Amino acid sequence: MRNWLRETVNRRHLLWGSLATASGSLLGGMAATGQSPHAGHGSAPPYEANAAGRHSAHGNMITVGDVGRARNGFDPTALLTDWDTGVTSSLPDGRTLRTFEIIGEDKEIEIAPGVFFPAWTYNGRVPGPNLRVTEGDRVHIVFRNHASHRHSIHFHGIHSARMDGLPGAGEVGAGETFIYEFDAFPFGCHLYHCHSLPLKRHIHKGMYGAFVIDPDPARHPEQAEVARSRLLGTPENREWQEFVMVMNAFDTNFDGENEVYAVNTVAHHYAKHPITVIRGKPVRVYLVNVVEFDPINSLHLHGNFFDYYDHGTTLTPTLRTIDTVMQCQAQRGILEFTYREHETGLYMFHAHQSEFTELGWMGMFNVVEAAA
Amino acid sequence: MNDIAGPETVVASPRPSAAWPGYAFVLWIALPLFLLGLAATWLVVSDPLRAFNNGAPPVERLTFERRILDNSGIHLFVRAGGSEPLTIAQVQVDDAYWTFTQDPPGDLGRLATAWIHIPFPWTLGEAHEVRVVTKLGTTFDHEIPVAVRTPEAQSGQLVPQAVLGAFVGIVPVAIGLMFYPTLRGVGSQGMSFLLALTIGLLAFLFVDALEDALELAGEAAAAFQGHVMVVLAALVSFLLLWAIGRRRGAPTGLALATYISLGIGLHNLGEGLAIGAAFTAGAAGLGIFLVLGFTLHNITEGIGIAAPLVKEPPPPSAFVWLALLAGAPAILGMWLGSLAYSPQWAALALAVGAGAILQVIVEVGAYLRRLDERWKTASVPVSVIGGLVVGLSLMYATAVLVKV
Repeated sequence: MRNWLRETVNRRHLLWGSLATASGSLLGGMAATGQSPHAGHGSAPPYEANAAGRHSAHGNMITVGDVGRARNGFDPTALLTDWDTGVTSSLPDGRTLRTFEIIGEDKEIEIAPGVFFPAWTYNGRVPGPNLRVTEGDRVHIVFRNHASHRHSIHFHGIHSARMDGLPGAGEVGAGETFIYEFDAFPFGCHLYHCHSLPLKRHIHKGMYGAFVIDPDPARHPEQAEVARSRLLGTPENREWQEFVMVMNAFDTNFDGENEVYAVNTVAHHYAKHPITVIRGKPVRVYLVNVVEFDPINSLHLHGNFFDYYDHGTTLTPTLRTIDTVMQCQAQRGILEFTYREHETGLYMFHAHQSEFTELGWMGMFNVVEAAA
Repeated sequence: MNDIAGPETVVASPRPSAAWPGYAFVLWIALPLFLLGLAATWLVVSDPLRAFNNGAPPVERLTFERRILDNSGIHLFVRAGGSEPLTIAQVQVDDAYWTFTQDPPGDLGRLATAWIHIPFPWTLGEAHEVRVVTKLGTTFDHEIPVAVRTPEAQSGQLVPQAVLGAFVGIVPVAIGLMFYPTLRGVGSQGMSFLLALTIGLLAFLFVDALEDALELAGEAAAAFQGHVMVVLAALVSFLLLWAIGRRRGAPTGLALATYISLGIGLHNLGEGLAIGAAFTAGAAGLGIFLVLGFTLHNITEGIGIAAPLVKEPPPPSAFVWLALLAGAPAILGMWLGSLAYSPQWAALALAVGAGAILQVIVEVGAYLRRLDERWKTASVPVSVIGGLVVGLSLMYATAVLVKV
């Protein structure tokens, strides 16, 4: 008999509507008080449930608690701007040699408050260090694999087959070391990730990071001004507020679907800790998508439009005046926008796959006046 | 095996029990218990299981036992299981992280329970899916097939529930019992037919109750070992009722009818629990059509109760309390089910009901065997086969009527 009940409560059952009406009238007729099970809906709708959170932009649709810096050893707010430019020295031919040290290690990280993920990391953080070099630099990356599995670093850039980070070409066994060497070309917003097999697992477990090659103004005389504004450390560059955003996700129960989506690992971090933006200074975002299992990801900016440089390999925008940009996995680009004409306040940004947004990929810019 | 075991059993003869001094008696209880304590202490202190630790994460289990939807959102009563305390880290509703509070807060030890309160603006009549994410990233899903406000446990609700319970339980049994004067006219063939029909309907109920009990047991927390519990409860209830029923020989007449009523009543209690819980869960699907179906389905139960009374007419008042005994538990079940419900309790009630039904199947069978002389020639009377088939078919056919 119980089975009959269960069958009838299934929403997908077409009979439900008519039966519900019937039951309402039956009980209404039977009950001394004349109350049907639906009575009272008019007086107090269930939508009241979300009223408590209406003062904030996300309401109650947010993770509970906060991920402290202490547990992970890194803070997504700091990750936005902490560039690793390596140790520099001059080569005999006058070029700059940049040497980076990256250590592969297993580490449990907190990806949403109270939710722990057994990650594979570069330098104990996800995403790995934000590598930044200048076009034409000689780059040495010393990769020491202290993790339990074989790993590699596969750079998106121009390099020889031997340096590709594939099995047999720079894949590193546990406890071993390899040095990747190449010249930094082309300029742009790139990424690196582990290319050991199985690829899906090695990427979604956390082995990826941003790799930015700044244009060398000397190589682009006709657009030297633009190139200088992109080159870290120049006075022109200091006029910008630059952020690295690696869009990532985590499959915590290993079912091939992500439970947590984020920018720079921690779900809702920038919703709870808005990114401070000074109103008068333009913003440049180095946006990288590494989300596994979902074909595409995106960024949508509220109340504003931006210019977009796909892959960052051009000095003129590839898309102008857009407010949403779509990226497949490993696609990346540079966003440039300004709040100069805006009121101060909180401006949201999020993936415009609503599902990703609601599972953690949502944040805020807090636009403020420059400190006096 | 039997060949070897046989002679030994013959040799083993009962020995007169020696009169032990009191301290020896205590000693032989204390010594094994002391050894158990010693073994447990050694296990905890030396931890020999360390050698088996392969780095696998602990097993986590979470069972959803109750659900309430109201103005303030979704409320779920959960029970933890597994090898180590479980920590609920986050909650998603329809693939969106949502704020929640846990009462009581903190880790959930083995079999510990807690309410999860989610201020979620659910949509009337639509489906929602709640997903609990633990500290280890394990997820546990709970489907809300149709979101309907949970009827509040208040006196205003008790009355319509009682009316519904009466329609499902008491009314059909009473109508079935009213066939009694007609039944009195039957001959011995007809009597065999009626009793066989009773066995048929009881067999249907037995299978039905056991199936539901096992299924509910599957929904309960693993630590309850639901399936074993169901079989055990059915067996114990069968043996107990059988022993009680046989105190003054095999029951006949009113006694037998009473046991049938009791068995059906216990079954209806379990059904009532499930219906009440379904109401709480928002099963608004109980239309007039369905309730009438239940009523029709259960009329056969009344005929079954009346059958053993044909040869031994009881006082008229007996019919009233027989109907109440068989039918009223449905009301009680609905109240309990809507107020406090967990799958393991409904499974237990249905299992006890199944055991009780098995007892009356045995007793009605024994009664039938004594009644019909033809059994002695080792032939099975056509009336008995006919009655069994009709009883089963009647229950099956009326079930088809209401099966949606």
